[in-house]
Amino acid sequence: MTSSVELKDFEASKTMRVVMGKYFQELTDPARPKKIAWCTSVGPAELLRAMGFEVYFPENHGAMLGSSRMATDLIPLANARGFSPDICSYLTSDIGSYLKGESPLNKMKLPGPPKADVLVFNTNQCRDVKDWFAFYAREWNVPCIGVHTPRAIGDVNETIITAIAKQIEALIPVLEKVSGSKFDLDKLKEVIAISKQCTVLWKGVLDAAANVPSPISFFDGTIQMGPAVVLRGTQAAIDYYEILLAELKQRIADGIGAVEGEKYRIYWEGMPIWGKLKSLATQFIELKTAVVASTYCNSWVFEALNPDEPFKSMARAYSELFICRSDEPKEAYIERMIEKYKVDGIFYHNAKTCPNNSNSSYNMPQRIQKKTGKPFVIVDGDLNDLRLYSEEQTRTNIEAFVEQLSQV
Amino acid sequence: MAGIQTDKTQYYCGIDIGASTAKLVVINSDNQIVAKTLGRSGIDYAKTAEQMLNDLTVTESLERSQIVKSFSTGYGRDNVPWADGKMTEIACHGKGAYFHFQKRMTVIDIGAQDSKVIHLDETGKQENFKMNRKCAAGTGAFIEEIAYRLALDISELNALAEASTKDVSLGSFCTVFAATEVLAKIRAGVDVTDIVRGAFNSVVKRIVEMDRVDGMLVMTGGVVANNPFLAKLIGQAFGTESHIVPYAQYNGAYGAALFAAEQARKLHS
Repeated sequence: MTSSVELKDFEASKTMRVVMGKYFQELTDPARPKKIAWCTSVGPAELLRAMGFEVYFPENHGAMLGSSRMATDLIPLANARGFSPDICSYLTSDIGSYLKGESPLNKMKLPGPPKADVLVFNTNQCRDVKDWFAFYAREWNVPCIGVHTPRAIGDVNETIITAIAKQIEALIPVLEKVSGSKFDLDKLKEVIAISKQCTVLWKGVLDAAANVPSPISFFDGTIQMGPAVVLRGTQAAIDYYEILLAELKQRIADGIGAVEGEKYRIYWEGMPIWGKLKSLATQFIELKTAVVASTYCNSWVFEALNPDEPFKSMARAYSELFICRSDEPKEAYIERMIEKYKVDGIFYHNAKTCPNNSNSSYNMPQRIQKKTGKPFVIVDGDLNDLRLYSEEQTRTNIEAFVEQLSQV
Repeated sequence: MAGIQTDKTQYYCGIDIGASTAKLVVINSDNQIVAKTLGRSGIDYAKTAEQMLNDLTVTESLERSQIVKSFSTGYGRDNVPWADGKMTEIACHGKGAYFHFQKRMTVIDIGAQDSKVIHLDETGKQENFKMNRKCAAGTGAFIEEIAYRLALDISELNALAEASTKDVSLGSFCTVFAATEVLAKIRAGVDVTDIVRGAFNSVVKRIVEMDRVDGMLVMTGGVVANNPFLAKLIGQAFGTESHIVPYAQYNGAYGAALFAAEQARKLHS
């Protein structure tokens, strides 16, 4: 079915495309002498930048493989090499992309992801990131180092913070060896201060959605988060979010919502379904329903960062994350979000290959509904593997959910 | 059936274009079904809808202008050009089922390609719902596949399952693997009645693991309309009596017609 609704883009997006384009150009420019560090999305990026690395985030490439819908064709190549279809489809699509030598970056006339000089992970998300990096470490014979964060953390206490901070510090000798430059504490403090500024601005962008009508949707957020993901710790990200935030303030002043005639407000829990975001965004607009907030987009808010306590504050920021917490703080977090964003209902994406970022399997939706009275819908799908997604069932589930919200 | 009147009485129509069959229902202002028809959904839903409505108006000597409001539902709900509105099959099955019993209930609809569990409160308000995963287990497609493997017509299954004396179970989640298990049981000489009962038990298990039942258990859809013994087994598994709505296969279309009538009344109030 063709739709008559129009997705409202931001003026700022033009600037974002330039900023992101420049980042990828520099990253893949063979003339640049900088060493390349691969980093998981919530790995110690601040430390890597402080030590002079160009930082590449393969999960961002995974998202590009998903949104370009290249992933579903590339995943089987990794499956055939022994990487199960049941594990992270960022991992399998990225390895498939490497094996085939095809990348969404090629469309930008870039050669593809840069080869790593070092791979640095943090298992705060899952074990898969380490396995993913280990594949490339074997391929290129380069070091793969990282931080092993406990999972299902309840209270982020001093013992955990101290242990993780020590692990981050322990990365330095290897990084010095690879980069050929000495660690500079003042430089790290400077990068952390810049990263914190980015966080404050990005949080401001997401907070704007608390307004009724919401000037920005979750679907916009999945695009607008690009600089917060790949450029945190740089001035470029700060400059961009100042522009975007100004536009959002203007939208609020003008009463412009991301969804024309917004009637219902939904919270998205779980990973994006990258290859279907446009059609999902369109369907929600047709249903006058704004997906106003998400756990996902808020996962790049690192409020604990503090240049006065560089290692400990990095440890805290990386460990306070929703994804590595136990169900009690997760539920408390979602309850706060429901209130803050005036949410009518919750959409849980049960991503088949990402159990760590799916929260509908241990009775949480039912518990939160009991406590808050907010209804929910669970949609089975995946972040990248569209073989696990049913277009028709998802469409009906969403429509039926909005019908439920519309009952008087 | 109340029968179509020859005067200019106003009617409301609901059409449910499902994955396999299309059902069309016409109701009067007392919400009684006065005409209904069923056919294959086919590959051109708009054409199917037009043909069904046209045929029904001819056989029932009804003028189309007497149908003052129509709603569509089912997979093909977006493809009915003459529908004034649409609702999902979840809302429509809930609406239709609630009309008959007017109680707090759990509606279980087993369709050709999906199964749904819908919770309604005592006022008929939908509290929650759940659809099956992207899998044919626990749906009509599974039963059709088993009938095919056993070279039976699906109309024979209910009586065979009821005649079974042994509790045979098929262990697999997957329709294809379950069908393979059926082949193994044929080889082992298991009685066909017990194999069919085993297939029914498999559907029961898939349904029971989907959700809980609160209040009255009401069943809808073509699968239970043709296999009431399956509905009985599902009730037993949940530890409660199952109630099949009248014209269970038409219940989605009936719910759509009720929505059409409701909207027409709202517009005139």
